[in-house]
Amino acid sequence: MSGTLTYLESNHFDALAAALLQPDPALDRSTLHLCAEASDFLRFNQGALRQATSVQQAYVTVAVERGQRRTESSLSLSGDLATDVQRLQAESTLLTAQLDLIADDPWLQRPASAARSHRDERGALATAAHVIALVHEAAAVTLKQDLVGFYAAGPVAHAFADSLGSRHWHRVESFHFDWCLYHQADKAVKTVYAGTHWDDAGFTARLDEAASRVQLLERPARTLQPGAYRAAFAPAAMAELLGTLGWSGFSLKARRTGVSSLMRLQRGEAAFAPGFHLEEAFALSTTPAFSPEGFARPAAVVLVDDGRLPSTGGTLNSPRSAVEYGVPATGAHGGESPDALHLHGGTVPDADLLRVLGTGLYISNLWYLNYSDRAACRMTGMTRYACFWVEDGELVAPLNVMRFDDDVLRLFGPGLVGLTATPEFIPNSDTYGARRLGSVTTPAAVVEGLTLTL
Amino acid sequence: MLDSLEAHAHRAASRLPASTRHWAVRGVHERSERLSVRDDVTEAPSRAIDHGVMVTVVDGGMGYAATGDASESGLAAAFLRAHVLARASAGRTVIDYESIIRPTASGRYASPVTRTTAAATLPERLGWLHEVCAAAGSETGNGRDPRIVDRHATLWSVQAEQLFLTSDGARTQQQWEFTTPSVQVTAHALGVTQVRSSGGQYNGFCQQGGIEVLERAGFRSTEGPRVAREVLELVGAAPCPSGTMDVILMPDQMTLQIHESIGHPLELDRILGDERNFAGTSFVTMDMFGSYQYGSELLNVSFDPGVAHEFASFAFDDEGAPAERALLIERGRLLRPLGGSLSQARARARGFELGAVATTRSAGWNRAPIDRMSNLNVEPGDQSLEQLIAATELGVLMQTNCSWSIDDSRNKFQFGCEYARMVRGGRLAEVVRNPNYRGVSATFWRSLAGVGGPATVVVGGTPYCGKGEPSQVIRVGHASPACRFTGVDVFGGAA
Repeated sequence: MSGTLTYLESNHFDALAAALLQPDPALDRSTLHLCAEASDFLRFNQGALRQATSVQQAYVTVAVERGQRRTESSLSLSGDLATDVQRLQAESTLLTAQLDLIADDPWLQRPASAARSHRDERGALATAAHVIALVHEAAAVTLKQDLVGFYAAGPVAHAFADSLGSRHWHRVESFHFDWCLYHQADKAVKTVYAGTHWDDAGFTARLDEAASRVQLLERPARTLQPGAYRAAFAPAAMAELLGTLGWSGFSLKARRTGVSSLMRLQRGEAAFAPGFHLEEAFALSTTPAFSPEGFARPAAVVLVDDGRLPSTGGTLNSPRSAVEYGVPATGAHGGESPDALHLHGGTVPDADLLRVLGTGLYISNLWYLNYSDRAACRMTGMTRYACFWVEDGELVAPLNVMRFDDDVLRLFGPGLVGLTATPEFIPNSDTYGARRLGSVTTPAAVVEGLTLTL
Repeated sequence: MLDSLEAHAHRAASRLPASTRHWAVRGVHERSERLSVRDDVTEAPSRAIDHGVMVTVVDGGMGYAATGDASESGLAAAFLRAHVLARASAGRTVIDYESIIRPTASGRYASPVTRTTAAATLPERLGWLHEVCAAAGSETGNGRDPRIVDRHATLWSVQAEQLFLTSDGARTQQQWEFTTPSVQVTAHALGVTQVRSSGGQYNGFCQQGGIEVLERAGFRSTEGPRVAREVLELVGAAPCPSGTMDVILMPDQMTLQIHESIGHPLELDRILGDERNFAGTSFVTMDMFGSYQYGSELLNVSFDPGVAHEFASFAFDDEGAPAERALLIERGRLLRPLGGSLSQARARARGFELGAVATTRSAGWNRAPIDRMSNLNVEPGDQSLEQLIAATELGVLMQTNCSWSIDDSRNKFQFGCEYARMVRGGRLAEVVRNPNYRGVSATFWRSLAGVGGPATVVVGGTPYCGKGEPSQVIRVGHASPACRFTGVDVFGGAA
């Protein structure tokens, strides 16, 4: 093993920590936070390979703290321990000198005690060469489908160590392959195959099933007029709505400065429907059990309880915000957005979603959500991919894309008809800079009066 | 790292199999610093040093490999990984990568910098932020208005260097300095909370250069009190009315309008279908170039990588192609897409000779290049802002994006702004809050009825253009005058 691959093993990170986190009378604490990965990235278009990239990277954020002061620096590593230790030591020296140049931060907080955790889950992944050949053969040669998709796979390691004795290690090994089979223009069936153990048969079964659903898109598309409609959101669409709610909705700082999208919920002016139970469920996700600053994360933080805020406030509290506003930290990172949302299931049997919908829109995917009025929790966004007009519980026609603009507190409050029984685990597939860990777990939902505008 | 890269690369590449048709090496070294003062409290300074190398190998197919290990052995290992991918993809790729003619240009580029941000000491840089944060406490710049509940001043500075080498003899070396100041204020009064910022909540005032960028932004002189004054106006303002009316978009909203409804639809890789699984497709098709009337005759849009100080100025793209100014839209007519040499070859293979531009770029050493916007600008017209306003019987002047959403094909959009003023009878009238408008790209630009002159132009952009699988956030520049559009669907918020 060579290069930054070495940092995917805990003993190499331990050696780095042992070399760098020596007691220093000039500091109260020094910390290391590692994010490393070895990833295969494969892009496909029209069933053929567009780009194949192998990325091996490791970043360490070194931080030094003295009194109420902290400075930090993130460095990309080479994998050569001696070289990396030398660079990190030099950076640590510079950061220590900077402590004399900055003012006290009254909101700086350190964990109360040292802690340890260890999670190391190995998978069985296919080689990139195998996946390239399999996808091309199955999609382009055999099925002759216009497959456009993205495969990302490999180990990801996050680790934390500090000079007070904390040691955390978190490594997962997984693949995430999502693709669209296109009928034409913007009409497509989106499918995800993700896990820790690749299985050719598992992939081809999903591909075949997706190919059979493409036929539904061959029916003439229907264009809806703006107005209010009964609608069913598939779990993938729900993940978009809940994820956008997480931009500011649950942040302690956003609540206290009045810019949270859930201010009406906080003031008691609106509520989600009874039975709407939302939490940040770290324990059920792929996220590390520790924050980048070394704070342990609880198994779960309740955000909405039976439609209303819990007595704890239902916020995600970063260490700084917690001190500033005098409440306990909840393991949140500085942005105070969720990493592991979990909406509990409801009472609609999974197989009855379209029956309960009756007549209306079935929305497989949503796209490009944003707030049109954050204070009012009013969101806008577009339908995408395989959305259908449904009559009497039967798919009738694919829909041309439509824009919605609606109050999410109303949609999942008085407008909520029901949630399906079994939440679906949707892993975070973001790859901005690095492969993200985390998830949204959510059932499907049926709502009344979804407002379409354009 | 870049000092030794050339020698290491050539020695490492010599170990590639003889069947290798092409290789390239792109080394990136980037230093950055983020400083933040919120409510007069200094938050922990954050630095970053990011360096690494992306190698490309063509042998049958094409493969990329990224490594943080720039030693000869590290590069050799990366070449081996890229070669394995190249061989595995042979005969299974979207185009025969061996047939692509690659640029062989050599040259240099450096950002115009009068005084690097690094020339100031850390206490000086933090001192500036404390000044701005304090000045944002009230509309006079002195004291604290009790309605202001949050003030945040930030400074993000980046120095980056890139060395690109190929087996065909290309050698380009480029250096950039990027500076992005921002101040954001939140106010609350009588149940209304509003946020106002200097360049948008996503750092829209971003330019190449050093400390002089702060001066061009008015960061230490005017921005704190201006942002405070305007947020206080907003908390006392009525919601934006709804209806069909004219809009005047100021340059910091034009940035978003250009970006989403011209830039993304014209990306050639998107038109070729690469992004359909993630960032989306385009309502623009290859047969539209040369004939399609994208906007009114007042619309002229340029790809211009040579604008001094603009955020995405460069001399060569990340495939080594020399970058030159070109009009993409002239007098409203669509001429050419945003696509590099590879995408042009793919379009040519489908029977379209599109004459695209050198804009294939990557977000860093760990991502492969794809077609991106770079500097994408609306050319100035001849109207003063006063003339644009005078020509508006009923309308809204909107400033600074805060919300954006557009469909998969980059057609149906809805955008919201931080700040707006009504225009009545050709005169500026009251401030209104939560202004939004919606439209369709394919028709919106045809309603362009007035284009501001050079005096109205602001050079802005975004550090956060997202696209690609794996995803890449890249720097983009947009320079634009104020523009007037007629018959737009305008509406306010619900609160």
